[in-house]
Amino acid sequence: MENTKNGQKNQRNSKRLNLYAALTGVIAGLINGVFGGGGGMIVVPMLIMLLKCDPKKAHATAILIILPLSLVSGLFYALFGNLNFQVFIPVSIGVVLGGAVGALLLSKLSNKWIIIIFSAVMAVAGAKMLFF
Amino acid sequence: MEYVWYGIAGVLGGVLGGMGMGGGTVLIPLLTIFYSVSQHTSQAVNLVSFIPMAVVALIIHLKNKLIDFSRVLWIIIPGVLTCIIGCYIARAMSGELLKRCFGGFLLILSVFQAITELKKGKN
Repeated sequence: MENTKNGQKNQRNSKRLNLYAALTGVIAGLINGVFGGGGGMIVVPMLIMLLKCDPKKAHATAILIILPLSLVSGLFYALFGNLNFQVFIPVSIGVVLGGAVGALLLSKLSNKWIIIIFSAVMAVAGAKMLFF
Repeated sequence: MEYVWYGIAGVLGGVLGGMGMGGGTVLIPLLTIFYSVSQHTSQAVNLVSFIPMAVVALIIHLKNKLIDFSRVLWIIIPGVLTCIIGCYIARAMSGELLKRCFGGFLLILSVFQAITELKKGKN
């Protein structure tokens, strides 16, 4: 008796988590498609808060989720004629080089004030794009 | 020469992305504000240039067993469907409108990021 009760509870719980997972996907996908980025910043907190993912694993798991979305979105943007190779090739080379440097720096200076100053700069950039 | 400048934008975006800050949200405003690349093109470049870095990062994270595979397909499958819808929405928008919407999104994200970081400090 107890076991069936627990079984039902687990099943309901599992269904609810599946629903949360689908919701996370729907939102991440829309943002990835419309804005061409930023989906990961939505996925990480949703993984931690809704899906009870270990915070240490959330960042890496988010990359696994965003990768197929970016592939598909990138393909559609390219089909729509938005991918300019003269911009794309030098930028990609830069991103790979910079990414390696960033990953090395991460362990050395992951200071919260750096992130806050960076957030402020991004807020200014956002406001400029929104209003001007 | 302009290739070098584009490369520098990539390096900046990559460094911040590698540090786990904003990733793509850095490269897009850089390209549109300082390089006058159109919003749609910046977004396309950001999407595709993320891929090689993500593959390398994933291999490293896999080795370190930092990926939680439970329910990823429940996230990825609906995500792939809605990202296609999203691409069509972006396509239907003018560059000007898309840029303003992106700006609003960036503003909300950065405030959210700053608040999360400040809260962390209390622990």
